[in-house]
Amino acid sequence: MNLALKDIQHNRGRFGLTALGIGMLLMIVMGMGGIYQGLIEEALFLVNRIGADLWVVQRNSRGPFAEVSRIPSNLEDRVKAVPGVLTARRFVSHTIQREHNGNPLRIVVQGLAWPDDKGEWLSLQAGRHINSAHFEMIADQLLGLKLGEKLTLGKDAYTIVGITKGMVGQGGDGIAFFTISDALAIQLDTAAEQSRLEREARGGRISITDLGRFSPELLERAKGPSGGIPTLPIAFVSAVLVQVRPGVDPEAVAQTIRGWKDVSVHTAEEQRELLLKGAVDKSRRQIGLFRTLLVLISAIIMALILYTLTLDKVHDIAMLKLMGARNSVIIGLILQQAILLGAIGYAVAYLLGQELFPKFPRQVIITEEDLIVLGGIVLAISVLSSFLGIWKAMSVQPSDVLS
Amino acid sequence: MQEQIKKAVEAFNLIKIYGSGNTQVHALKDVSFSLSQGEVIALLGPSGSGKSTLLTALGLVNPPTSGQVFIGGVQVLDGPKIFVEERSFRRKNIGFVFQKANLIPFLDALENVQLALEINDVSARQARKRAMELLEYLGIAERANNLPTQLSGGQQQRVAVARALANRPNLILADEPTAALDGFQGRKVMELFRKVAHEQRAGVIVVTHDHRSLDVFDRTLQMQDGILQPSQEKEG
Repeated sequence: MNLALKDIQHNRGRFGLTALGIGMLLMIVMGMGGIYQGLIEEALFLVNRIGADLWVVQRNSRGPFAEVSRIPSNLEDRVKAVPGVLTARRFVSHTIQREHNGNPLRIVVQGLAWPDDKGEWLSLQAGRHINSAHFEMIADQLLGLKLGEKLTLGKDAYTIVGITKGMVGQGGDGIAFFTISDALAIQLDTAAEQSRLEREARGGRISITDLGRFSPELLERAKGPSGGIPTLPIAFVSAVLVQVRPGVDPEAVAQTIRGWKDVSVHTAEEQRELLLKGAVDKSRRQIGLFRTLLVLISAIIMALILYTLTLDKVHDIAMLKLMGARNSVIIGLILQQAILLGAIGYAVAYLLGQELFPKFPRQVIITEEDLIVLGGIVLAISVLSSFLGIWKAMSVQPSDVLS
Repeated sequence: MQEQIKKAVEAFNLIKIYGSGNTQVHALKDVSFSLSQGEVIALLGPSGSGKSTLLTALGLVNPPTSGQVFIGGVQVLDGPKIFVEERSFRRKNIGFVFQKANLIPFLDALENVQLALEINDVSARQARKRAMELLEYLGIAERANNLPTQLSGGQQQRVAVARALANRPNLILADEPTAALDGFQGRKVMELFRKVAHEQRAGVIVVTHDHRSLDVFDRTLQMQDGILQPSQEKEG
């Protein structure tokens, strides 16, 4: 006869509610693990999906994710000339926040090196890839934009031609893909008044230099559009992504580029390390510590519940001892209930999580490995937390039945 | 030796002292008695006279300060020293019945009796069969699948008696088993003890205040201030 099951059958409602409570607590533990994994996934998403072997960035910077990186866009051509390089493309990525239908809309603006990169590597849920050099965008469904909708960013309106799923930046915001030139236009958008003022100021600055005094024509040009001034620098991008030829060691190509004095280069693995140990490290550790605390709290709550369940049975335990029941019978009763409570709580946590986690604003990724580890932790908590109840049961004297 | 085997219990010079120094209480003062197999005796006495102390000493729950106890011919106690593995010995040789039935609340009547057998390593099937036989024997088989809360006080006591009898003990110790019952139910339970003692050949000691059912017993013993008074044999 299984006393643990008999007791549970007799107190179904109470046990069910307790298991539900434990389950909800474990769901939070599970969810924290999922948020932790989601954070890593989101942080590494672009690095993993963009398919670059090397990231060429501003000299001595850990960019473009961990810190700002600015390199001239024509660096792409220099990189293409390095032996072993298959492709090199410019990379622009920045986050903007605009209003959309009265709500804030945060977008990770990602530049594609069109026409070489039309976004074919993106898995589309609807629509098509980018076919035009300007004014088209592919948006992730997380942004809530509709296919065919026009979104005004800066001075231009961009048509949503494709929809992706699960494309998020390291902050959990949805990514929208544009051509590099459009991405730069969005990033460097300046108001007309600002341009006018800058032209006037430029004229003022150059008029006090020898160059301005000896070249009145240059003075005239300085007051016009910036494209008319040959000495102004060319556009900057965040990084140049390099794909090496099959069979070529990326480290060998990196060594060549490291010889240049104006840039730094990171392998894809180094880029992942930079992200995990830099940008998301504190969040990761914070969630990890919070999760550890939650596990401890769950253990304490379970221990108290099992202790209370045991206190309710002190008289029955005394009677069992008086009847001559072995300690194993009494320990089995408490331990089996603890494990059942943990197992049911775990199942409740899993089922509730399956329903609730997809509704969370950021990714909650429950991996199989996490489930196994949490299962082990729940088992350990169940066993450990039953010790308090077992200790109480062992201290019960058969004579207590007389009291 | 032959004489000892026929005895359900023999106690010699039991002394039980609680506390120390000025707060010492002598709960048992040189108590000696014996009980034959198949004999049912009533243990009378006012509250605090030492009845329950004697019962718990015989049940290996609260050993005496000094004195010897033999149960079924086996020496189990010499003062506080216990010669047997107490729980194992209790489940095989001693049955308990109390004022409250103390049934396990989440088990039905049949399971309460079955449990006593299963913890004595009887297989579940055999235990269920024997438990049912006992409930039939005590006239409560029709309530076998009822939980304790669904049974009257008298019915609960019958189940408690069945549980006490489950492992065919040499000795049944009952501490005021009818205190919570009305006169009619109380008498029926007392008669049950007599039946059990005579038919199952167990020695039964019943602590009681109920003088209305004393005719049921083979003998009565009187406790007063820890001293056991000479026994009164039943007439006729």
